[in-house]
Amino acid sequence: MRFIRTVWAIVVKDMAAEFHTREMISAMLVFSVLALLIFSFALDLRGAVAQAAAPGVLWATVAFAGTLGLSRSLTREQQTGCIDGLLLAPVDRSAIFLGKALGNLAFMAVVEAILLPLFSALFDVPLLRPGVLLVTALGTVGYAAVGTLLATIAVNTRAREVMLPILLLPLAIPSLIAAVQATGGLVEGGTLAEVGGWMRLLVVYDLVIVAVSVLTFGYLVEE
Amino acid sequence: MNKDRELFGLLLIILSTVAVLAALGMVFLYAPRETTMGDVQRIFYFHVASAWVGFFAFFVTFLSGIGYLARAERRWDILALSSVEVGLAFITMTVITGSLWARPVWGTYWTWEPRLTISAVQLLIYVAYGMLRSALENPEKKARLSAVYGIVAFVTVPLSWFAIRWWRTIHPDILTGGGGMAFTPRMGYTLLVSLAAFTLLYVTILRQRIRLERSADALARLRAHLETNYIGGSHV
Repeated sequence: MRFIRTVWAIVVKDMAAEFHTREMISAMLVFSVLALLIFSFALDLRGAVAQAAAPGVLWATVAFAGTLGLSRSLTREQQTGCIDGLLLAPVDRSAIFLGKALGNLAFMAVVEAILLPLFSALFDVPLLRPGVLLVTALGTVGYAAVGTLLATIAVNTRAREVMLPILLLPLAIPSLIAAVQATGGLVEGGTLAEVGGWMRLLVVYDLVIVAVSVLTFGYLVEE
Repeated sequence: MNKDRELFGLLLIILSTVAVLAALGMVFLYAPRETTMGDVQRIFYFHVASAWVGFFAFFVTFLSGIGYLARAERRWDILALSSVEVGLAFITMTVITGSLWARPVWGTYWTWEPRLTISAVQLLIYVAYGMLRSALENPEKKARLSAVYGIVAFVTVPLSWFAIRWWRTIHPDILTGGGGMAFTPRMGYTLLVSLAAFTLLYVTILRQRIRLERSADALARLRAHLETNYIGGSHV
């Protein structure tokens, strides 16, 4: 119970900080829209091409926008010295990790909540379906978890923001492939059962990543 | 004690040299010419062996990462970093031999074939590992953070493997007998000897890399000692 309260307190803290500046969500949103624009120029996204390319474009946008937000989230934590305060507090390290990861998940979810309808409207691809929303949720959980862990590593390095995508993207490959394939299957009119294998892979990835992150996060922040 | 170690190292070098020569001999003289692919198939023995060694090297890094987090001893960090570097050399070899194979057999230098793709993914992951290390200055922090990365990274490799495998597959499925290549017992023995030779070679190079890192540590200690005691102060 205490554990959940701690996690929740960290999430609320991140929400409050974000509400003041709105720098993470606005940066991710503007970047996402720009990415859609660039993709539509690059691939000429109309009609059948849009339908075929939609899952890939969607997840590439989410992944790149995600690195932007994740990097900001942990950099802010360090610049303000907030992470030191959190570490001094008598709370479990895994609670700090879960709080940060859930906060980042929430920010990514907000961006996706705007991105998905916008994408559907701009390219006339039906993404607002329960199945696609479920895939998006599963894909984002794992991405936010591994992203939070690796962003904690990246803020300690000299290169900081440059480091995160290099560390994160190769490790996100399984969940990106599964998410793109599952989204693709659903957009083409498949049922959830038909993309069941990919859904299971997403669930396994999420479970494994969250477990490993919770176990190792403590070692990243010990001084 | 020290002499025993030297002797063991020398023995290892001789043994791996003999094994690699034996493997070479078997690949070119003993193994039969494959009927459909011809001589180009002979690259297969080194291709598979280097892929195995690459994967094994990263597994060693994964284990030494756990060792470091549990004990915080420098030797685990040395093992992790040495194994990544040696593994990178082998996995690069896998990707290159794979491309050389793909050109005559599939008509292209690169195909997004699962096993080739997973090798490329591993290459990228552990290049990132190297970049992470070079972007960290404090040695203790470097060891700790890269141990965590080595653990998380290795855990994603099998998942990537499944994802890529389901995504597409045209690789000749030799070991499960799925066709694509006429496989004879002689080929099997040659493959086994190549695997053994490359594993020995890995151990030999790894051992040298560890020695190099230890010497670098010793040198750094001597330098520090020199600076505190003889330079910029009176000799004590």
